[in-house]
Amino acid sequence: MKNKTSQSPKKLAGWAGRIGLALLLSGLFLVRPGIAQKKMIQIKGSDTMVNLVQIMAEEYMAKNPGAALAVLGGGSGTGITAIINGTCDLANHSREWKDKELQLAAEKGLKPRIFAIAIDALSIVINEKNPIDTLTITQVGSIFRGEIQNWKVLGGPDQKISLYGRQSNSGTYAFLQEHVLNNKDYSPEVKEMNGNAQIIEALTRDEAGIGYVGVGYVYDEKGQPRKGIKVLKIRQDDNSPAYSPLDKEAVYSAKYPISRPLYQSTNGKPSAAVAQFLRFELSPEGQAIVEREGFFRIGKDLMAQNEKNLR
Amino acid sequence: MRSVKKKGILADLREGLIHRLFQTSGLMVIAILLGIIALLLYTSVPAFREIGLREFLTSTRWDPTSPEKPEYGFLSMLASTIMVTIGAMVISFPLGVAVASYLSDVAAPKVREIVKPIVELLAAIPSVVVGFIGITLVGPLIARVFNLSHGLNALNGSLLLAIMALPTIISISEDSLNAVPVSYVEASLALGANPWETLIKVKIPAAASGIIASLMLGMGRAIGETMTVLMATGNARAFPSGFLQSVRTLTANIAIELGEVPYYSTHYYALFALGLVLFLITFFINLSADVILEKQKRKLQ
Repeated sequence: MKNKTSQSPKKLAGWAGRIGLALLLSGLFLVRPGIAQKKMIQIKGSDTMVNLVQIMAEEYMAKNPGAALAVLGGGSGTGITAIINGTCDLANHSREWKDKELQLAAEKGLKPRIFAIAIDALSIVINEKNPIDTLTITQVGSIFRGEIQNWKVLGGPDQKISLYGRQSNSGTYAFLQEHVLNNKDYSPEVKEMNGNAQIIEALTRDEAGIGYVGVGYVYDEKGQPRKGIKVLKIRQDDNSPAYSPLDKEAVYSAKYPISRPLYQSTNGKPSAAVAQFLRFELSPEGQAIVEREGFFRIGKDLMAQNEKNLR
Repeated sequence: MRSVKKKGILADLREGLIHRLFQTSGLMVIAILLGIIALLLYTSVPAFREIGLREFLTSTRWDPTSPEKPEYGFLSMLASTIMVTIGAMVISFPLGVAVASYLSDVAAPKVREIVKPIVELLAAIPSVVVGFIGITLVGPLIARVFNLSHGLNALNGSLLLAIMALPTIISISEDSLNAVPVSYVEASLALGANPWETLIKVKIPAAASGIIASLMLGMGRAIGETMTVLMATGNARAFPSGFLQSVRTLTANIAIELGEVPYYSTHYYALFALGLVLFLITFFINLSADVILEKQKRKLQ
């Protein structure tokens, strides 16, 4: 008994010491991000770009220990809205600004500057068990407008086409609607998924499925095309040859018909910290990351435009 | 009485203060509720003005960002919500009442002590986790059973919501079964009825209003659930034509679109109008459940 009573105050003291130490340490850690937060660059927007920009941010932070960047998804619309509302420093968007958004920005006195940081080949993806290999742009449009409803019409099995797409805040949704659906409505049967990854996940299970994603999402972590899905070759029209978005040469020579720049926007002239990050993304090193992630480098013309906007 | 007198003015003051404190807490809840109603009304009225009540209430097409013609009809989503909810109740109500009867009348006290906390634990599973189960387990299962290409449909949502509504149905049903006076049971047994007959013909009818209230509260839970249906039902905008169709509920639609909508646009107001509809539905369901429960309490007393 005596032993116990004499030990417990010691124990208590020991615990108090440990708790104190823990508090002190956590205090240190809590304070440090607090200081860094002032300089933290907030990046927000396109789900298609979120992985790419995240990796670039990580490599950038590894090279510049003082820098702090936070990358969030949410969709292109979300990113552009955040720039307009002043809640982020850099918006990722896989579509251009809409007139309405430019107007809204102008009303607030904002002058967005737009940078193209990579090229995406919009990929049309199906399950690997589907025998179809190629589609024309018109066919893809008809499928997503709900005009073609059975794979049989396209020479596939007698199965109802199961459509997967993104939600209306997605730049990919808007890009496909404008450039492939010819500004017509999507079929109401399209299952609206939360992001590119969810579409890929669903397509590996659904043998009658078709969906669209940014080309970066058709590769796995090792840079190999994912198992369980098939990336379709696309023809401009019935008579033209079919090209795959996995064929780098076809994308660079603009033979693959549905490619688009991926953008980042700032509110006015980018601050020194943001400009430094943009320069990193556009440097040969940054562009090498772009290629490694399955996307494509920026051409000369867009690069010249970027240089102008950086100044 | 003497002890009260002894306490003096200071104690009176303190009693008064505590009384006030509790009173204001109570009133605050009412104020918050009224505030929410006012805000919902205030933000959804512009929608009815800009869209027109007729389109909102009678159209089945919801496509606010359409390049052809934006339209704001809530019928498809209302139908989806009702369908998924009714499906969930058809599954969970009989099951829930059966479990409640088992717990209150059949199970040995030891078994009850184990099963009851487990049922309550069911309510603690986060809805995202349930949704995840829907995507990875229930969905593929439905696809295989019905020979479909995918399982993201209303049935998937119903099954998951049934699981989520079970704890509510079980615990309230069980409470009302337990509230049936012992004299009823004793009388029934004394007249020669066996325990099964007593349960079916005496206890359940006596607790009927409480059991119905449990159904309605379970329904309220199912209607308001967002994340699970958002993940499991596929979110297609079309008017539902069957349980094996992908559907989009009111809650899922608000969750999908509110994040990106430009503030103070027609679309923004329209989403609040959907919120108002949702609020009215759950409000009336909960209100009638309360009324029914109150009635039962009085009857059994």
